[in-house]
Amino acid sequence: MAMKDVPDNIFMTQLDAAASWARANSLWPMPFATACCGIELMATASSRFDLARFGAEVMRFSPRQCDLMIVAGRVVMKMLPVLQRIWLQMPEPKWCISMGACACTGGVFDTYAVVQGVDRFIPVDLYVPGCPPRPEQLMAGIIALQDKIKHGGTLNGTEFGKRTQPMGPTPYDLDELIRIREANEQLVSLN
Amino acid sequence: MSTEETLQSKFPAAGLKCSQFRDNRRVVVPAESLQPLLAFMKGDLGFDFLAEITAVDYLEYEGATDRFGVVYVVVNTKTGERLVIKTFVNDPDPVLPSAYSLWKSADWLEREVYDMFGIKFSGHPDLRRILTPDEFSAYPLRKDYPLKGRGERHNFPVITRADS
Amino acid sequence: MPFDVSDLAELDAPEQEYLWTLNFGPQHPATHTTLRLILTLDGEKVVNAVPHIGYLHSGFEKLGEHLDFNQYVTIVDRMNYISPLHNEISWHHAVEKLLGIELTPRCKYLRTILAELMRIQDHLLNTGTCALDLGGFTAFLYFFQQRELIYDIVETASGQRFHTSYTRVGGVAFDVNNAWVDKVRSFIKGFAAVHAEVHRLLTRNRIFIERVQGIGYLSAEDCINMGVTGPLARASGVLRDLRKDEPYLAYADLDFKVIASKGGDCYARYLVRMQEMVESVKIIEQCIENIPEGPVNVDAGSKAVIPAKPSVYRSIEGLIQHFEVMMPNRGFPTPKEEIYAATESPNGELGYYIVGDGSPRSYRARTRPPSYVHFAVFPQIIKNHQLSDVVAVLGSLNIIAAELDR
Ligand code: SF4
Repeated sequence: MAMKDVPDNIFMTQLDAAASWARANSLWPMPFATACCGIELMATASSRFDLARFGAEVMRFSPRQCDLMIVAGRVVMKMLPVLQRIWLQMPEPKWCISMGACACTGGVFDTYAVVQGVDRFIPVDLYVPGCPPRPEQLMAGIIALQDKIKHGGTLNGTEFGKRTQPMGPTPYDLDELIRIREANEQLVSLN
Repeated sequence: MSTEETLQSKFPAAGLKCSQFRDNRRVVVPAESLQPLLAFMKGDLGFDFLAEITAVDYLEYEGATDRFGVVYVVVNTKTGERLVIKTFVNDPDPVLPSAYSLWKSADWLEREVYDMFGIKFSGHPDLRRILTPDEFSAYPLRKDYPLKGRGERHNFPVITRADS
Repeated sequence: MPFDVSDLAELDAPEQEYLWTLNFGPQHPATHTTLRLILTLDGEKVVNAVPHIGYLHSGFEKLGEHLDFNQYVTIVDRMNYISPLHNEISWHHAVEKLLGIELTPRCKYLRTILAELMRIQDHLLNTGTCALDLGGFTAFLYFFQQRELIYDIVETASGQRFHTSYTRVGGVAFDVNNAWVDKVRSFIKGFAAVHAEVHRLLTRNRIFIERVQGIGYLSAEDCINMGVTGPLARASGVLRDLRKDEPYLAYADLDFKVIASKGGDCYARYLVRMQEMVESVKIIEQCIENIPEGPVNVDAGSKAVIPAKPSVYRSIEGLIQHFEVMMPNRGFPTPKEEIYAATESPNGELGYYIVGDGSPRSYRARTRPPSYVHFAVFPQIIKNHQLSDVVAVLGSLNIIAAELDR
């Protein structure tokens, strides 16, 4: 069929690109809001900033209905198993935004209870830094994620299957190991 | 007669130490007399509001002789009088009588002190860990526990893209 | 045998109760943050509720032992994060009491205005989300718009809209200017209309009233015995307000009422919060017109205070003073004493127990969090209510997880 026979209202594209385009513009976020960043997430979704302009306002609290997890706030050792379980419950394809310094790196809370970055334990696609990030910044993050989805996605999600390594730093880096050993030695010497 | 004088005359043998710093009026009481003193304050002096129970670990405090100090802040809601009551307990088995029978607000406050310092309260109806996970073995606010923990925060399986 | 309906009724009424267990949280929209409840239900009726908390326990108090009095303000901010500045004011109130610093009149008024703005901010979010959970989305959006205006005001003062870290020992980080005063004035002017609008939306709304009236009753005796303070206690008829009972900042000079109700249910709490906002606006009005001139920070001659920036850049004394306060290994002498100081936060009595050991770091920095004490009340007041009332009661208690777990 020659190109000139195709009517105007028909576009030719790859199926992958069409699917990615659709996915990118209908993100359904699952707000995993634990702490202060959650309030900024609320602010992003409400009157002044209005996340609906970017096609990502359908917040659903059931992981089964969502494809974008926004981890807003610090995740502590009692909460991390819950986070992992919710992540596993979300259907493919799914993406994860880590919002705020705490979710990205532990932020100001370098303490015994706070997980030092959720990317050590679940895959993260996009980091939004700030404590808390301003709503504009979160929206910029969502736009960047849409871009990423549009450019990298495949219909059957093969791009995810390749990533078998944890994406963040390994849970135990060297300093941490040394420090833990010292703490335990100290404990032994005390008893 | 001020509240401190009343307490002194009621418990002459206990050796109460009264002091004041800024507007805080404080009474230091030995652990044995704590329960009768609190009961007397609630029952006879009308201190019907327990604002706070907390503990301090004096392990590294200069000049301290006892390990743990436990602090009660009680208020008389009729007169607005506020009193800080303090007592000391020591290792190896720090136990205090529970104030739950007097003030119900003691319930969770005591559980928190138990969770953070390992001080037990005898007579508490439900003394379990409250803030840290059940399988946690340390008492995090003790001074010999490091700020960054002993690696508990890293003790989780890693989920990668391929397994989710 | 002919069918008889009454036989069926007998058959269906078993002797024993069938109880079932429902897990609520820790990730649930109505908990706003992270709480977990194990509910035992008989049909729809809640027979028993066991709260599990600690899903946001991040070691605030341990951190307080490692940061100095000025640094720790960034951490207390993150405690009750819907009114961050109030935590800072409470924390520095306690620190200044420990160090024996008397604030300048201008700073007292400034902090009073900020504290009341925070009270409005807190109540706005609380009543808004309470309505949101019960199905009223509009009130939430209206109120969030007002919160944005308050964010603007604190941003003008401090440079950050959320976690401001604005107060310092003996003062605040920067003084405010006339533009800020105008912003506060215009906020006050516009607020009354929105407040009245939400009143019209909710206060006599049949759907809202039926969900909250008579729900979650708490008597005055229980309030006192269980340590409940703040709007919750006042909604049950306990007339306690630290702003009146133990005046701090500029509250002694101001004319305001303590709002209370005898209802004791969720509706009374909603009404008390709504009315408290009006009182707060009155307080701000009085302060903003009478805000005294003069320095906002206490004289830098007192050792614990960060000197003003011009004196740091232009004089050697200022620089030395700055260095002494800021460097971790220098510091200033503090009393080897312990102090408990409380303020009336939007949620209730927010107290700090500080143990000083002579260094500029607290040896122990304990928070008395109102949410923690309030959540302990929950199992008692939810008994024999419907499952759907859990949401209404949780909303009216205003539990902030970061303050709850610290
Ligand atoms: S990054 Fe900051 S605002 Fe966000 S949760 Fe952490 S402390 Fe709160």
